[in-house]
Amino acid sequence: MNSYQIQEAPEVFDVVIVGSGAGGGMAAYQLSKAGAKVCLLEAGGYYDPADPKYITQLKNPWESPRRGASTTRPFGDFDAAWGGWQLEGEPYSAAPGTEFHWFRSRMLGGRTNHWGRISLRFGPDDFRRGSMTGIGDDWPITYDDVSPYYDKVDKLIGIFGSKEGLRNEPDGHFLPPPKPRLHELMLKKAGKNLGIPVIPSRLAILTKAINNERGQCFYCSQCGRACQAYADFSSSSCLCKPAVKTGNTRLINGAMVREVLTDQKTGLCTGVSYVDTATLQERTVRAKIVVVAASACESARLLLNSKSARFPNGLANSSGVIGKYLNDSTGASRSAFVPALMNRKRYNEDGVGGMHVYTPWWMDNKKLDFPRGYHIEYGGGMGMPSYGFGMGIQGMNGKYAYGDGKTQPSGGYGSRLKEDVRRFYGAYVGMAGRGEPIPLESNYCEIDPNNVDKYGIPTLRFHYKWSENEVKQAKHMQDTFEQIIHEMGGIALGSKPGKEQNYGLEAPGKIIHEIGTVRMGNDPKKSALNSFMQGHDVKNLFVVDAAPFVTQGDKNVTWTILAMSMRTSDYIIDEVKKKNL
Amino acid sequence: MKRRDTLKSIALGSLGMATVPSTDLIAAPPEKPLVVPGGRQKTEAIRDAKLMAEKFFTPHELKTMTVLCDIILPADEKSGSASQAGVPAFIEFMVKDQPVHQIPLRGGLAWLDNESRKRFSKKFVEITKAQQIEIVDDIAYPEQAKPQFSQGVAFFNKMRDMTLTGFYTTRMGFTDLGYVGNTPNNWEGVPEEVLKQYGLSYE
Ligand SMILES: Cc1cc2nc3c(=O)[nH]c(=O)nc-3n(C[C@H](O)[C@H](O)[C@H](O)COP(=O)(O)OP(=O)(O)OC[C@H]3O[C@@H](n4cnc5c(N)ncnc54)[C@H](O)[C@@H]3O)c2cc1C
Ligand code: SF4
Repeated sequence: MNSYQIQEAPEVFDVVIVGSGAGGGMAAYQLSKAGAKVCLLEAGGYYDPADPKYITQLKNPWESPRRGASTTRPFGDFDAAWGGWQLEGEPYSAAPGTEFHWFRSRMLGGRTNHWGRISLRFGPDDFRRGSMTGIGDDWPITYDDVSPYYDKVDKLIGIFGSKEGLRNEPDGHFLPPPKPRLHELMLKKAGKNLGIPVIPSRLAILTKAINNERGQCFYCSQCGRACQAYADFSSSSCLCKPAVKTGNTRLINGAMVREVLTDQKTGLCTGVSYVDTATLQERTVRAKIVVVAASACESARLLLNSKSARFPNGLANSSGVIGKYLNDSTGASRSAFVPALMNRKRYNEDGVGGMHVYTPWWMDNKKLDFPRGYHIEYGGGMGMPSYGFGMGIQGMNGKYAYGDGKTQPSGGYGSRLKEDVRRFYGAYVGMAGRGEPIPLESNYCEIDPNNVDKYGIPTLRFHYKWSENEVKQAKHMQDTFEQIIHEMGGIALGSKPGKEQNYGLEAPGKIIHEIGTVRMGNDPKKSALNSFMQGHDVKNLFVVDAAPFVTQGDKNVTWTILAMSMRTSDYIIDEVKKKNL
Repeated sequence: MKRRDTLKSIALGSLGMATVPSTDLIAAPPEKPLVVPGGRQKTEAIRDAKLMAEKFFTPHELKTMTVLCDIILPADEKSGSASQAGVPAFIEFMVKDQPVHQIPLRGGLAWLDNESRKRFSKKFVEITKAQQIEIVDDIAYPEQAKPQFSQGVAFFNKMRDMTLTGFYTTRMGFTDLGYVGNTPNNWEGVPEEVLKQYGLSYE
């Protein structure tokens, strides 16, 4: 684990893996369990949520001088992300008139330390939307190819949920879901009246222990801070460390991979070169197989930067498709005040680190003016105050009568403000739509001809614009939110975003579900990877993050990254056994 | 780790540690070696230590702010005042952490003193409580305030925001609010009597 001792790795590893997030962690786990000698390279530092050096869980807001404000960490001082929308010395850009926001975490486990744990498997339709609707493309594989791996991931990692029997929201192997909170019961009731399903959420959190290495959830609501009991899934705790424990994985932190190396004669990968971020020394690691899992855009960047005489467009890019079809989930949100929840009785309502209920896509796009669906995530409850708590009270406190039946002008000062905070506490709900976009060739990332990062590695330039399809979907989200809010007796806050604001559609990248930049497919002219995420041009190169994905469904993609990475790892083991690799 | 062990180690570990606020550790004089508090990255600890060593508000500004904070959140039968909860020090840190607040707050305090001098020929901290309230009443009610006080209203809104956030993110604020979370527990659903109150059920 100590990167400084390694000068030049003398041996030839069976596999070198770039990146330790969902995709890389799973590959390291699966391959080293099978006995392969693995070198796992991670650009960021070592991280363990159970080591007091790193623990932020259960800290109180006053343990942060900024009370948890997001000055240095975008999701707040206690969030387990070492990174954010900008990394010091590692810039990116967007072409004029386009926009893309790129969230990176540089640490063992990548963004799985602080992700939302929302774990939705794709349904059968999600692999063939192109042929179903005549717009977009199909995957080269079907649900049946992936479902055994979803099953294995469910059991290995643990997920709670409920069996619902919904065709395109396939059930998995679920641990018991936590009971809904009060506002979630209200949402459920409102949904029932409206014919909108509100069902138990599906999160990678252990409501029951599944082995001796990981504890059971103790309901602190802080999975974003990463769990010291390892009761939530993060690649660092649940995959990378067990992989290292097998004795077959050598983890090197602070290893920023610059290039995949190839033999110009055979056209095969021979390993990678990386910068030791602490010493700025250049190093190489030799391996028989290279597995790239640096996250969708970083993987595209790495392959595009791995140019040589034999691969002038970048590695595995004879199709020229690498970088193209970049797509992120759509997102729009609204919040509301629920007068019935004023002056609530207090009790510990923290629950798990996320929503206990959600709404899967419930409609038929054939009857709508946009081609793809979305799901709805919910928030609310008596959460822990942190920076921002109580702000904007003047927008609320003039509207509702006090205990004595009288109203007072909005704003003000004095003891009444304490009463305001007490009566309004926990009386809000929020809802956010997360939808499937149509991947477009014209949305892409490429190597910026003019810029390099602090290691001298050429950086990315993004080109991304939403189409009418996504805007119309956002409009539908906003209409639905108002329906639900109205039905539960709530009062929507702020004004409804209209056409001028794209109906509140978040800028590309903001939902942090970017995929698609190293496409898989059966046609080597149109895709970089085959149906096992193996290079068409370079057979000992694999990509196991979300870069190969053709589409992302209306599901957050991480569970699919895990399943697909496991599937590719099994394929690698198989091919090695057959001496094809 | 088994669940029970987890609970135990948490009780001994983080919760025990919580009695030593991390802010004390990094407020150490600069010549002492930097202590990186648990959960922070070194770069963050360096930045925090630097900010804490700096001073932004003058003693007079802090004094004015303290008076204002305690008008906004005075002590009452349930909890203490904003200054008792350390709000002025929190605001002092926040303006260094997020410099966007500096001009509105420094300028707002100057606006307040100027208004006070115009009316009473004295700075805000030197006038009587009744006189202070007279000015505050002109800027505390955004929907009723006269147009000539709009800048004062904007300033007071910001002070109200900072004071509320600063107060409710302390132990005193938690107690006042009745927040009882952030501790290991077993979620078994909404209490029965609350379900009844709202006519809801788990069936
Ligand atoms: C706040 C937040 C909430 C989220 N919530 C959800 C959710 O609820 N559900 C869901 O499905 N998804 C969610 N996501 C998305 C999820 O985190 C990602 O889909 C997932 O982590 C992607 O895994 P990955 O392996 O592709 O990349 P990452 O997790 O990003 O890991 C990539 C790793 O590679 C390393 N790396 C990059 N470049 C190099 C290089 N050149 N050399 C060496 N190492 C390199 C990085 O340092 C990083 O550690 C969320 C993300 C965020 C930020
Ligand atoms: S909610 Fe549960 S799983 Fe998440 S961090 Fe807290 S204890 Fe761990």
